Amino acid sequence: MKRVNIVAWIVFIIGITYFFLPLISTLEFSMRMVKGKYTFHAFEVAFQDPEFYINFGYSLFWGVLTIVCSLILVVPTVYWVHWKLPKLRPIVEFITLMPFVTPAVVLVFGLIRLYGSPPIILTNTPVPLIAGYIVLSFPYMFRSVDAGLRAIDVKTLTEAALSMGAGWGVIITKVIFPNIRVAILSGVFLTFAIVMGEFTFASLLSWPAFGPYLEEIGAMRAYTPQALSLVSFALTWSLIMVMQRLGRGAPGSEQVAGAH
Amino acid sequence: MSEQSITRQNPGSAPPARSSRFKINWDYLGLAPFFLFAICFLLLPSASIFVRSFTGTDGSFTFDNITAIFQGRDFINAYKTSLSVSVITAVGGGIFGFLLAYAVILGGLPRWARSFMLTFSGVASNFAGVPLAFAFIATMGNAGLVTQMIESIFNVDLRAAGFSIYTIWGLSIVYMYFQFPLMVLIMAPALDGLRKEWKEACENLGGTEIHYWRYIALPILMPTLLGTMILLFGNAFGAYATAYAFSGSFINLVSIVIGAQIQGDVLYNPGLGNALALGMILIMSVTMIGYIAMGRRAARWQR
Repeated sequence: MKRVNIVAWIVFIIGITYFFLPLISTLEFSMRMVKGKYTFHAFEVAFQDPEFYINFGYSLFWGVLTIVCSLILVVPTVYWVHWKLPKLRPIVEFITLMPFVTPAVVLVFGLIRLYGSPPIILTNTPVPLIAGYIVLSFPYMFRSVDAGLRAIDVKTLTEAALSMGAGWGVIITKVIFPNIRVAILSGVFLTFAIVMGEFTFASLLSWPAFGPYLEEIGAMRAYTPQALSLVSFALTWSLIMVMQRLGRGAPGSEQVAGAH
Repeated sequence: MSEQSITRQNPGSAPPARSSRFKINWDYLGLAPFFLFAICFLLLPSASIFVRSFTGTDGSFTFDNITAIFQGRDFINAYKTSLSVSVITAVGGGIFGFLLAYAVILGGLPRWARSFMLTFSGVASNFAGVPLAFAFIATMGNAGLVTQMIESIFNVDLRAAGFSIYTIWGLSIVYMYFQFPLMVLIMAPALDGLRKEWKEACENLGGTEIHYWRYIALPILMPTLLGTMILLFGNAFGAYATAYAFSGSFINLVSIVIGAQIQGDVLYNPGLGNALALGMILIMSVTMIGYIAMGRRAARWQR
């Protein structure tokens, strides 16, 4: 018989409490908007603000743009490394891990100082923002694409396609991509979750997004910011749940860290 | 690949082997877009921070920016605060995360407890920034649920007693929300990797549970344990959004100072901001080297 481990239960319960207490408190706080009773009025108010939809829409747009650009950059690169230059894999992997060495606030500082003055001015375009997000997505994208490609025979597939007269575009989009579609989903979902809540890049580069909007109303109002924080948590939660469902058993679903 | 193996089989055919060594490998061109991106948006920004750290206002080479950090009490304090929060949450989150991973993997808890904890850790380790800060303000801020409960139960006025959550310890409690779940996510597979045979071998030799952990399990897990704590340290050290939304510029972290310097030249010296950023990159690099070294040691026992 397995002995009932009281210490394990105590640790587990402390962990659960730590997880849920802030969520319960946030819900309770957001429901205090109407004095004297608990209502969901704060949620109604939050969703009535047109600014919310504008900023949320911008975040969606940045998210999709980041994912598309990141895939265009990472998939062919990792594919090429697997097929032609396996020796360079450690170097490429090292570069994708750079966001762990260069914190977001430092990278954005460097980008603004470098591209905010002549000869090249990019700070009036979204290029530094998307570039920063692509860098943030690198660890997850590389990991999932790398794991996906490792699971298939890149060499045989490519040579078969080449001998049948396929061009590079066809090989990447019709042969390689469908084979790693499930594997890269974890990278795509994590990137999306990170960009949707991201604050540092958007705020310091002065672009509208959900993170800066939330911070801004947090400084001015009570109750609605808490309601939107819960919405944001629910979004993260559902993205991770979908990712874990889809990626069950698929390689590369391991995750390291988000953007804090 | 096939070309190489052919030349290796025919050592007599020296000329083609020699010419191929000096031929440009056009395969590298396939990686050009990736490396170009990395140079433009990672290497050059970092290099510019490095160069500008050693550039004076008149454009000449100088160490003034670096020495200014050590002369300004505020900057030393900012580094001290950042380091303190990072060490507290790395050690605290590491220990608690390890205990939690142990509880759900080896502690004899039902299966649902394990899958629930792993899923929630996946969510919580990615839940950070502004919403996390607001959640904790609603929890332990002046009007927070926990604050009110403590005040009503113990009949005290915490604010009047000088208690504030906008301190290093308050921020550490917030950071712990994404720190210990990350530890759980990394330790759980490591604990799963401990083999039953090792424990049985220990028992056969007359060892107790304490012997097993002291001489077998902990030494095997130690590189993973320390490596993950180093990762947690870096995770907290680079954080900006959570701290900014939690306390504004109340808590003087290095990342907060750099953020303020971007929004307006608050230090009245552009070079100084660069030097502060360079210091952050250096500390993060040392962290990363430690993490990689620990990862190498941990890999010894993973097959």
